[in-house]
Amino acid sequence: MTERLDGQQAPGGGLAAGASPGPTETEPQMTRPPTAGKAAMRLGPSPKMAVLFLLPALVLLAAWVIYPIVYSILRSLYDAAGDRFVGLENYAAIFTDTSTLTTIRNNIIWVVVAPLIVTVLGLIFAVLTERIRWATAFKLVLFMPMAVSLLAAGVIFRLVYEQDPDKGVANAVITTVHDAFSSSQGYPGARPRENDQAPVVVKDGAVVTRQPAQPGQQVLIPLVGLNQDAVAGAAPAKAAGSGGLSGTVWLDVVRGGGGTVNQIDGVEKGLAGITVEAVADGQVKATTETSADGTFYFSGLASGSYDIRLPQSNFEAPFNGLSWLGPTLITPAIIGAYIWVWAGFAMVLIAAGLSAIPRDALEAARIDGATEWQVFRRITVPLLAPVLLVVFVTMVINVLKVFDLVFIIAPGSVQPQANVIALEMWRVSFGGGGNQGMGSALAIFLLVLVLPFMIFNIRRFRRDER
Amino acid sequence: MRKLPPVVAVLALAAAACSSNSASDTPATDGSAAATAAAKPLAGVAIEIAAKWTGDEQASFEKVLRAFEEKTGAKVTYASTGEDTGAYLGPRIQGGNPPDVAVLPQPGLVQQYADQKSLKPLSSEVLTQIDQNYTPYWKELGSAGGQVYGVLVKAAHKSTIWYRQSAFDDAGAQEAATWDDLIGKTAQTLADSGTAPFALCAASGWTLTDLFENVYLSSAGPENYDKLAKHEIPWTDPSVTTALEKMAQIFGKKDFMLGGSSGALQTDFPTCVTQVYGQKKAAMVIEADFVASSAAQSGAAIGEEAKIMPFPKAGDTEPVVLGGDVAVALKDSKGGMALLEFLASKEGGDIWAKEPGYLSPNRNVSPDNYPSELTKKLAQTIISAGEAVRYDMSDLAPSAFGGTDGKGEWKHLQDFLRDPKDIKGIQQKLEADAAKAYAK
Repeated sequence: MTERLDGQQAPGGGLAAGASPGPTETEPQMTRPPTAGKAAMRLGPSPKMAVLFLLPALVLLAAWVIYPIVYSILRSLYDAAGDRFVGLENYAAIFTDTSTLTTIRNNIIWVVVAPLIVTVLGLIFAVLTERIRWATAFKLVLFMPMAVSLLAAGVIFRLVYEQDPDKGVANAVITTVHDAFSSSQGYPGARPRENDQAPVVVKDGAVVTRQPAQPGQQVLIPLVGLNQDAVAGAAPAKAAGSGGLSGTVWLDVVRGGGGTVNQIDGVEKGLAGITVEAVADGQVKATTETSADGTFYFSGLASGSYDIRLPQSNFEAPFNGLSWLGPTLITPAIIGAYIWVWAGFAMVLIAAGLSAIPRDALEAARIDGATEWQVFRRITVPLLAPVLLVVFVTMVINVLKVFDLVFIIAPGSVQPQANVIALEMWRVSFGGGGNQGMGSALAIFLLVLVLPFMIFNIRRFRRDER
Repeated sequence: MRKLPPVVAVLALAAAACSSNSASDTPATDGSAAATAAAKPLAGVAIEIAAKWTGDEQASFEKVLRAFEEKTGAKVTYASTGEDTGAYLGPRIQGGNPPDVAVLPQPGLVQQYADQKSLKPLSSEVLTQIDQNYTPYWKELGSAGGQVYGVLVKAAHKSTIWYRQSAFDDAGAQEAATWDDLIGKTAQTLADSGTAPFALCAASGWTLTDLFENVYLSSAGPENYDKLAKHEIPWTDPSVTTALEKMAQIFGKKDFMLGGSSGALQTDFPTCVTQVYGQKKAAMVIEADFVASSAAQSGAAIGEEAKIMPFPKAGDTEPVVLGGDVAVALKDSKGGMALLEFLASKEGGDIWAKEPGYLSPNRNVSPDNYPSELTKKLAQTIISAGEAVRYDMSDLAPSAFGGTDGKGEWKHLQDFLRDPKDIKGIQQKLEADAAKAYAK
């Protein structure tokens, strides 16, 4: 307590001395007037000081941004080895090489689709999270992908898009939904032997007998191509008894090889539940199904000759989902992964903007009888427009440079179809191409594409500051 | 496991970027630290060697390096280049800070770096070892412009077909000696029994080039093989048509490939090995001796469940295609040359041969050193084939044609698998890309 009093006393004395005109005035003149004078000219430190503090940043910028850009421009005018000046040849190559044109096409698809979806999804999430109770938890979950590196996200989605439904979640979901509506039951893959001795052949997907059969005859329909384990529980095949037109459908394969081809050998399994049709003159005259031992009977057929047909429905392969990693779907698939990563980021930015818009405008609109949709459409979105634009443009810049997701998700065989400019740039310069002249040209091309959006964004920020 | 290559490549990219930055700041140190112990000739000398090996392969190789250190007193540092050796070495060479010795996965890179004047000619001691231990074909492989730059230190036997014994037993299938038997009997029997005969790893384009090379060497003969490898005959040559037609006997039949062609194109190496030995969905993998490690990881006993048959004859020649790694000197240092001499010698080869997963192209390394019967058998075929052995053609080609994902031969063979009917069209595309790549 006394210390404090002492402390207060000292400046108090000084003040008292300064307030009173007299010889003690020299002391405040020494300290205060110079600072006061400078403050009138400029707030902050001297220009020398400013340069000193800016210097590290300037050096780093020069070394890591300006020098590489200048060097890339120079390098792009030389050939692969770097010792022959080729002028704009590398740039011409960008627009004549078909594989590079594919990368440009893919980049256009990316720019048109990805930023728009990310912004729209971000907006929807942001508006919805305002209304729900567990908003923070919801936001946290949506934002979580941002915490994962793009590389890890790529690895995750490579697995998600795996063709085999046992491994890939995407196809697991699709096949589950599909099978809920129509499940395939039968013997996918079963087929006749491919030689002239086989009594049946494949015609338009269906299995048909080579020779027509008459009632009273027993038809043998040997099939192969099924895994033994798939019919492990089936009853052994039997020859059909006589009476009417009859026959046997069975798996003509013995474990370990051997057995007589096209003959029922006792251990071979019958194929149950196969639809069998008797066809005459292109018309199905009768239909039946095989029993557990693979035998079938047509009773009451008029005499004449019939083709015995096992329609395609018996052999339809189960629906195995989509080839996400195939050449047609690969770009949409990777864009899906990109959206997963960035939608949360967009949501957080837009939610921040949302919390800043004046509530009274919304209230006023509601009191005036606007529906929620009208409020969203006429009030929220226009007020949010600046934020939405910033998110959109940032995403465009981001998307133009996309590299890692494409590199990791696309298997080698479809990388030409999934390729984007940034990846092509790396490939031609380092990934086997060894042509850093061309790589530099692509880098500069990419820079030129990104630049307008950068300038646009910077201008916007400037205007907002004013 | 299967996600590793891209990850490694990205790491390599990052590493390359870092090293190129630091290269301009720190001048190249020549590894000439003061010699302290005079007893050993290279005591205190620091040597850096870069190779792509990781994991077990790296551990085996480091044992060889330790033996070299014991002998000479030098200090050898191993740097892993990741999958993409070119991406690792390129910036380091440009930055003036290359490792003393690099192991290149393709002889094509020897040519490329020799053209850039980045390689140092081998010393006479190393040449003596090469002349003693290697056939002239291998010496020529490590040469560019008449000058010897590289020594083949590790070989991969690419003329093998791996099969799963239990699948063959179930189907009653037999090993095939000719291509027609392989397609008409072995594969057909397996397909009839409901097991896919082949698991192709077509997402990794190099597995398809390996298949092509075996079929081509066998059907067109070694002379044509050499000509095509040097692009002295065009890819539109009828001999190429024949080889592609033979490959179409597999590619054209959905039942012959696990998952059909679209499934095969999404499967990369070594997932196809897992499909055969782990998931037991297919019966055969057409790939090199190094399948062994993946097969063992899938739980198959090598030599019992996982067996090999020599690649069947698709013509008059019994194909023996090798891959391998070539060690080169990037700096003219005494230590680097001594290390190369050691690696080219019988002494170094014997030490390395005792480790699993290694096959030596050195004819004086006795097959008795190898730990497994299978490797012994493979080593014997290389030694006995002598002059008839050919090196992996795609690795001899400029890497823009024979070694780049999504480009050149890799891409067109993948497209061929997607649509095996258009052989003429594929040949024209191959020729167009080859002409462009070889012209450079």
